[in-house]
Amino acid sequence: MLAMNYRGPYRVRATHKSDPVIEHPGDAIVRVTRSCICGSDLHLYHGMVPDTRVGHTFGHEFIGIIEEVGSQVQTLKVGDRVLVPFNIFCGSCYFCQKELYGNCHNVNAMSTAVGAIYGYSHTAGGYDGGQAEYVRVPMADVAPIKIPDDIVDDDAVLLTDALPTGYQAAEMGDIKEGDTVVVFGAGPVGIFAAKSAWLFGAGRVIVVDEVEYRLEFVKRFAQCEVVNFKDVGDMALHIKKMTDWLGADVCIDAVGGDAAGSMAQTVTGRLMKMQAGASTVLHWCINSVRKGGNVSIVGVYGPTFNAVPIGNALNKGITMRMNQASVKRHVPRLIEHIRAGHIDPKQIITHRIPLEDVGDAYHIFSSKLDNCIKPILIPPRAHEVRAVAASVAK
Amino acid sequence: MDNGTALVKHDNNPDHDHDFENTHDHTHHQVQPELRQQRKSREELTHIKGWGADLDHKNRPGVPMERTPPRYTPADMPTPQAQVQKVEVLVSNERPGITQLHGSRQPPSGLSGMLRRAAFKFTENDIRHWLILLGADRINVVEGIVDDLAHGHVPNILGEMGIKAEWEHNKKGLATKVAIAGAIGAAAYFLLKDRDERY
Repeated sequence: MLAMNYRGPYRVRATHKSDPVIEHPGDAIVRVTRSCICGSDLHLYHGMVPDTRVGHTFGHEFIGIIEEVGSQVQTLKVGDRVLVPFNIFCGSCYFCQKELYGNCHNVNAMSTAVGAIYGYSHTAGGYDGGQAEYVRVPMADVAPIKIPDDIVDDDAVLLTDALPTGYQAAEMGDIKEGDTVVVFGAGPVGIFAAKSAWLFGAGRVIVVDEVEYRLEFVKRFAQCEVVNFKDVGDMALHIKKMTDWLGADVCIDAVGGDAAGSMAQTVTGRLMKMQAGASTVLHWCINSVRKGGNVSIVGVYGPTFNAVPIGNALNKGITMRMNQASVKRHVPRLIEHIRAGHIDPKQIITHRIPLEDVGDAYHIFSSKLDNCIKPILIPPRAHEVRAVAASVAK
Repeated sequence: MDNGTALVKHDNNPDHDHDFENTHDHTHHQVQPELRQQRKSREELTHIKGWGADLDHKNRPGVPMERTPPRYTPADMPTPQAQVQKVEVLVSNERPGITQLHGSRQPPSGLSGMLRRAAFKFTENDIRHWLILLGADRINVVEGIVDDLAHGHVPNILGEMGIKAEWEHNKKGLATKVAIAGAIGAAAYFLLKDRDERY
């Protein structure tokens, strides 16, 4: 099969790899029809996540058609159109029973600090991802969700990570009616976090980024105020000024370890890998939120350490919540929002790129070329697959 | 509502009184009207499609932790059957044994594999674990190039880095990078040349 193949920092290509096989009776093989490149894939692409091995296939946002099922799989059959949450989880361990699917204890031998994620290094389990023609999906009765007929592929693929993560960012912010919410990062997750903040009753939403086209996009898509941090001096001071010197009620970190905006953080975190990426946005969140406010973190950091101003957080009485999104918990609600017209996820897709050109796709997204907001990769036989699925359904 | 309402009530409370009434000023109250100006009214926000849709906790999937349809929950919640281990899988020493399911791609190999095995002797709580893994990743990149060449494949490194996209969408940036690389190369050449002449 054709699959994305990691060769080192800033180097990926599409190559032929052996097809995945059923390795456990609960597995399914999914033929991929759409996969996204996620902002957090860029942390891998930039070489920031430990134990990212050459030859690995990235891709944790994908949908597809069930091609084959293991002997224990009962709820899915060949031909089903499914979206696959980015978390791999068993559904039965202590954490899964609490619907903390991103923290499953039965699927990642290589780390206890990190759950298992498709195509996200061996620190996240060593499973190949969905930027390929086929992918192994463990515990197929538990995680994949059949896509309703009225949900189109382009909406469905954004339900595998980007939209639920943005939504959970707002939920973890515990937004109260009228709250001022600041979202750091105008990438796909930040865009969806800003949109979701309104759903939770925010009275004011401000998005911060450095790229003008992204700020223009989020202003239109999420009807929010925007700030280009390059145009202001100190970010925390600016937010204080915007909020009557109190600070924001809720700050959301939708960036993670690739944050720009601080030379010291860039050198020690992004370039020298001396810490788990730049913690610039964590500093901004902690220092911009009001006393007693909430900080919600969904931006991805490596598992090493970060120089974080925890003393400020303590003294301000901040509540900090963070996690990988428990996608499956949110999808039914988000489908309701799509049906109600509250949100149209597919609007953020700006690029459809053949899987064969994955090197260019990563470069466009990473370097923010061609006004790119969200690229999706189309495997060579995606359209043919839909025809096969339709005939199976008949 | 959050603190806004609480503070307004405090402001307007005719019974507002306490032992320190005459010993402190109320300048902090003066901030509140400005704060209220920053906060838009319900009417001003209704044009936003879906505004407040999830405001009521009963609509939130995570509060309480229930959802419809209910999640797939086998009656006895059995532990999944163990996957057969076919390749070397490094296991965190912060857990007893391998997990029921595990990834099986890119098993450790070569020098980077030796380093990864060494890294897994340390806990995830130990910084050496992660730093050794990052070091192994860098060595693995060189191994990947050697492996390509050993299989008769000369890697198209510029293509893998997206040179085509750079040419299409960022010609100016590409020209700048080429110029900088050229200048560095030329400077290095002349420095080395001078050094050769010195000796």
